[in-house]
Amino acid sequence: MKAITWHGKHDVRCESVDDPEILNPRDAIIRITSTAICGSDLHLYDGYVPQMMPGDILGHEFMGEVVEIGAKSTLKKGQRVIVPFPIACGQCFHCSKQQYSCCDNSNPADKMDFGREQLGQPMAGIFGYSHLTGGYAGGQAEYVRVPYSDVGPFVIPDDSLEDEKVLFLTDILPTGWMAAENCDIQPGDTVAVWGCGPVGLFAVQSAFLMGAARVIAIDHFPHRLELAKKFGAETLNFEETKVYEALQDMTGGIGPDASIDCVGLEPHGLYVDNIIDQIKVSTFLGTDRGHVIRQIIMATRKGGHVSIPGVYGGFIDKFPIGAMMEKGLTVKTGQTHVQKYTQPLYTAIAEGKLDMTFLISHRMPLEAGPEGFQKFHDEQDTYTKIVLKPGMSEAKLAA
Amino acid sequence: MTDNSPPADDAPVAYSKTADPDRALLEEAVTIRRPANELYAFWRQQENLAGVMENVVSIEKLDDKRSRWTVKAPAGREVSWESVITNDIPDRELTWQSAEGADIANSGRVRFEEAGERGTVVRATIAYDPPAGIVGQLVAKLFQREPRIQTRRDLHRFKQLMETGEITTSARTRAQRENRNEDQTTTRELEENPA
Ligand SMILES: [Zn+2]
Ligand SMILES: [Zn+2]
Repeated sequence: MKAITWHGKHDVRCESVDDPEILNPRDAIIRITSTAICGSDLHLYDGYVPQMMPGDILGHEFMGEVVEIGAKSTLKKGQRVIVPFPIACGQCFHCSKQQYSCCDNSNPADKMDFGREQLGQPMAGIFGYSHLTGGYAGGQAEYVRVPYSDVGPFVIPDDSLEDEKVLFLTDILPTGWMAAENCDIQPGDTVAVWGCGPVGLFAVQSAFLMGAARVIAIDHFPHRLELAKKFGAETLNFEETKVYEALQDMTGGIGPDASIDCVGLEPHGLYVDNIIDQIKVSTFLGTDRGHVIRQIIMATRKGGHVSIPGVYGGFIDKFPIGAMMEKGLTVKTGQTHVQKYTQPLYTAIAEGKLDMTFLISHRMPLEAGPEGFQKFHDEQDTYTKIVLKPGMSEAKLAA
Repeated sequence: MTDNSPPADDAPVAYSKTADPDRALLEEAVTIRRPANELYAFWRQQENLAGVMENVVSIEKLDDKRSRWTVKAPAGREVSWESVITNDIPDRELTWQSAEGADIANSGRVRFEEAGERGTVVRATIAYDPPAGIVGQLVAKLFQREPRIQTRRDLHRFKQLMETGEITTSARTRAQRENRNEDQTTTRELEENPA
């Protein structure tokens, strides 16, 4: 089959690799019909995530058709499914608490050491996201092996809902939702959202749905800020505006009640500490660049909430622990427990309450994946979301 | 210097900073969301363990208390010894030690402690003679990596099998699974002879 593979910084390729096989009783093989490139894939593309190996297949936002099942899979051939990006066994203590992205069993025992060292406990498995998260082949491919297929995949009951309406249930929609949920938003709250990529935009919508009176969206891409404005947010362009000062003024000196970091380890902008962080990253002295999270902790009101859906992988220095403690902030973080949110958010889509298709700016055949990565990386203002369609080129040729 | 005073805290002795350097002692614990009796039963049937322990080639039952362990050694060779269960408290604890004359003298204990809705804490304590001379080198090579890491991984494979019915693999193909050296013996048997 064809697959998008990682070979190093800014080097992804479309290659031929062996088809996946059923290896365990609960496995299923999915033929991919749509798969997206995620903002966090750019962390891999830029070489910021450790434990990548040449030849790793990328992609953690994907859906398709069940073509093969193991003896204990509950799926049936021919079903259309979306597949949550975290892999969860459904039986461990964490899964029993619906903390699916903390699953104890989905990372193979042999792959857990690095996570234990880096994070204290190993992470759960994630598709296409380094050997820190299990070394699973991702879904930017023609086929993918899905372990624990009786737990993760969500069967789409209504065939009239096309791929693009439900694809984002795999990651960015529930991630934006959980990011807002983690802020414990009270009616009348002001919520600030750093980063207006897909997750940020869904966090804006979710915050309003949860009762926020004001949402202030922060980015530097005019198109993204326009989209945030469409959903009712006030906007700040950090290239033109002093963000901390503006936020204090806009909130009458109090600061936002809650702040959401939808940027993570790859913020843009020429800040002094950011530049130092970049030097450290390139010299392996540090793994994360923390300007945004530092600013968030300083800006948020005393007793407020900070939510971090953005991906961080290692350590940052100059962390304002004093501000966090003295101000009594509540910080909630985490990879999304996608499985917990698929059914309610699917219902919201089916009822027409949520429509995410506006995000998709480009559709490409799988073979154009490498070009897609480069464009998404270099032209984020125009390439808001790319969906790769395996087989699209042949279909076009046939037409 | 030996300090015979009782330990000053409640930590497992294997984690003492002043542990006896002449004795290799390790302890690892894992919490498994299954009842203690079920986990004990699997462990009591010692042959089962070959499926979850990475370096073990086979465990042959000799009688109710005795078994012969065969373990991978460097250069494609194998080393084998006889192991005897010396203490057996059903559903709670198993203690074993290698029979006299074993090349690799080792002893161990596994305890199954009830942990409410979390299931059962499985705590393995293993002691073996320290690496010295030819035998010591063999021991070091037998444990392809640090024994503690190996034990932790073995316990986690046990957890995966007990909680999910399979041992997790991230391989894409059978060939890749072989190359990664992820031990999948038990799962393969399940595949071939589903219950
Ligand atoms: Zn993603
Ligand atoms: Zn789990």
